[in-house]
Amino acid sequence: MVKWTDKERSTVRTVWESIDIDELGPEVLRRVLIVYPWTERYFGAFGDIFTTTAILQNPKVAAHGIVVLRALDQAVKNMDNIKDTYAALSRLHFEKLEVDPDNFRLLADCITISVACKLRAEMNPQVQATWQKFLQAVVDAMCAQYY
Amino acid sequence: MVVWTEFERSTIQDIFSKINYDVVGPAALSRCLIVYPWTQRYFGGFGNLYNAAAIMENPKVAAHGRVVLKGLELAQKNMDSIKATFADLSKLHSEKLLVDPDNFKLLTDCLAIVVAAELGEDFTAEVHAVFQKFLAVVVASLRKQYY
Repeated sequence: MVKWTDKERSTVRTVWESIDIDELGPEVLRRVLIVYPWTERYFGAFGDIFTTTAILQNPKVAAHGIVVLRALDQAVKNMDNIKDTYAALSRLHFEKLEVDPDNFRLLADCITISVACKLRAEMNPQVQATWQKFLQAVVDAMCAQYY
Repeated sequence: MVVWTEFERSTIQDIFSKINYDVVGPAALSRCLIVYPWTQRYFGGFGNLYNAAAIMENPKVAAHGRVVLKGLELAQKNMDSIKATFADLSKLHSEKLLVDPDNFKLLTDCLAIVVAAELGEDFTAEVHAVFQKFLAVVVASLRKQYY
């Protein structure tokens, strides 16, 4: 089980409280699709996501970004139990959605970059280290039900 | 050979003209040493790296961060021949410094976060994508002379 110091817990909470899911969610998923274009293959039902302009304007992308960050909220609220919290989600991504688990790390990287753009100097090295530890735990939990 | 569009060339030039080398270089290297502590083993001659505060105040870390960024500026000035530009540097890191090439990605990840924090909302998804492509070419060039 991942161990968290009190400082790490409060850091993750503080970072999470300073972002707006409705604002950051769309931005995060747009970044993933633009920076790592092969991820577009997972969103065939979203319509036009084949140019930067289309991605930035696509309402399904925006809505799904919010869905993803709402799920991240569950991890923030259950830091001592992220693996169990995400067991069903991990199984879904493995068995039904057939998502390559390497993509979870790409999404985590885009989340970190979006948060850095928002927090700027407040994302100092220690905050970055803690936040990346948290997202690594999330990524590991998302991979946990893959064979 | 890597193909760059006009947009990509001007975006990279724009990024390098906006960032403060004396801040970004040291910040990226010290983050790397803090967030990925095993990288400290490469800097035995730098003195006190025992905690985040020591790393952030260490003048040798700052000086070397500036050296790294100057190296990146060389890539920016020679975007059509980054591989050739970095051939000697790659040989140096492989044969003399014995650096595990996986660490190049860690440093460029920290650099992306620092630049994102510097540029804030100007670090849009398109700018992020171009910067990531540039850093990927840099990393590949640094890996090139390893066996």
